[in-house]
Amino acid sequence: MERVKLDIWVGIFVALGIIAMFYMATRVGNLTSNDVKKTYEVKAYFENIGGLKPRAAVKASGVVVGRIGSINFDPEAFHAVVKINIDERYAFPKDTFANIYTAGLLGEQYLALEAGGDDVNLKAGDLIVHTQDAVVLEKLISQFLYNSAGDDDDKDKE
Amino acid sequence: MNNILNILEKLGASARSSLSGLGSCARLFLLTMIYSSDSFKRFNLTIKEIYFTGVLSLVIIIVSAFFVGMVLGLQGYYTLEKYGSSEAIGVLVALALVRELGPVVTALLFAGRAGTAITAEIGLMKTTEQLSAMEMMAVSPIARIVAPRFWAGMISMPILATIFSMVGILGGYFIAVLIIGVDDGAFWSQMQANVDFHNDIVDGAIKSIVFGFACTLIALYQGLVAPPTAEGVSRATTKTVVISSLSVLGLDFVLTSFMFV
Repeated sequence: MERVKLDIWVGIFVALGIIAMFYMATRVGNLTSNDVKKTYEVKAYFENIGGLKPRAAVKASGVVVGRIGSINFDPEAFHAVVKINIDERYAFPKDTFANIYTAGLLGEQYLALEAGGDDVNLKAGDLIVHTQDAVVLEKLISQFLYNSAGDDDDKDKE
Repeated sequence: MNNILNILEKLGASARSSLSGLGSCARLFLLTMIYSSDSFKRFNLTIKEIYFTGVLSLVIIIVSAFFVGMVLGLQGYYTLEKYGSSEAIGVLVALALVRELGPVVTALLFAGRAGTAITAEIGLMKTTEQLSAMEMMAVSPIARIVAPRFWAGMISMPILATIFSMVGILGGYFIAVLIIGVDDGAFWSQMQANVDFHNDIVDGAIKSIVFGFACTLIALYQGLVAPPTAEGVSRATTKTVVISSLSVLGLDFVLTSFMFV
């Protein structure tokens, strides 16, 4: 085959590969939409993080505003240290609540930020004081059972 | 007693020969690296090989990708619908293709379509003493024959795997959205929310590069060591497919356990 024709076909082939990669990055993957570029990092302590994972979504009013950076266990204070990367465009008051919720009944766990009323905003390296742990189903059930057992005792006394 | 000794001897011989095969394969790779600079000076040799291994494989890759995507869409919908989450079909199709099926099925097809051609071609060149003739003319067969084919395989394989994943996703889209009627927006948005560029797409591309390396090197090696007879070349071609397929599946397990766990 002619060399020019060969070059054209190989050129089409390589261009097709580049188009496919670009398509995957933008349409299939989340390179453009959810990748938060400039972020600031804040910390939060949790007694129990449940199934929260690094790179899980951080949402405020349901909108993704950041990602979980890293999750470590503090062996001295015995709690989990969660580093949170928040998009620079969004500022939150200092007394913001950080709650761990579950998306749907069986879905992934994510961190929800609920803004407080403080005038001072969170800066990089700050600590979110108000946190709410993940709900552990067993704890919830045992609490429920304990409470209902207590109700029965009260009825017996009457 | 003699029987047991015989069995042990055979076991030892096969272990030794497969080890020495691995060693000569590594030596072939080193030689290819050394002579690569020579073959890059005449890059149109590599381009010609990319045409044969890559461009001519496009049809089989695109057709099989579309069908794999359609089957994934049908089967995934059948199961997901029971849980009332048929919108997650996009995630299922995309993750299955990008992480596993894209690189693996492409590598299996690549071994069958391009690997066998490389082995048969080099085996026949050896049989008809073209390789020796080149050496007599002080042209290194590694630089002239092996290195261009090696680099063509290394370049073609990731491109083919990416095209496979893309076409497969379009096949899944065709079945799920256009035929069954899953919501168009949910199909793409769920996919975008759950497929990560760095963790899924780039790792899939790394897989396809590793598979391309393995398939091409095995095909080249089998062609070079094939006995110079008609039977030898046919045996070598069979061996290429068997060894390439097995090593792709084995490597896939190893890579998956490193990447996604």
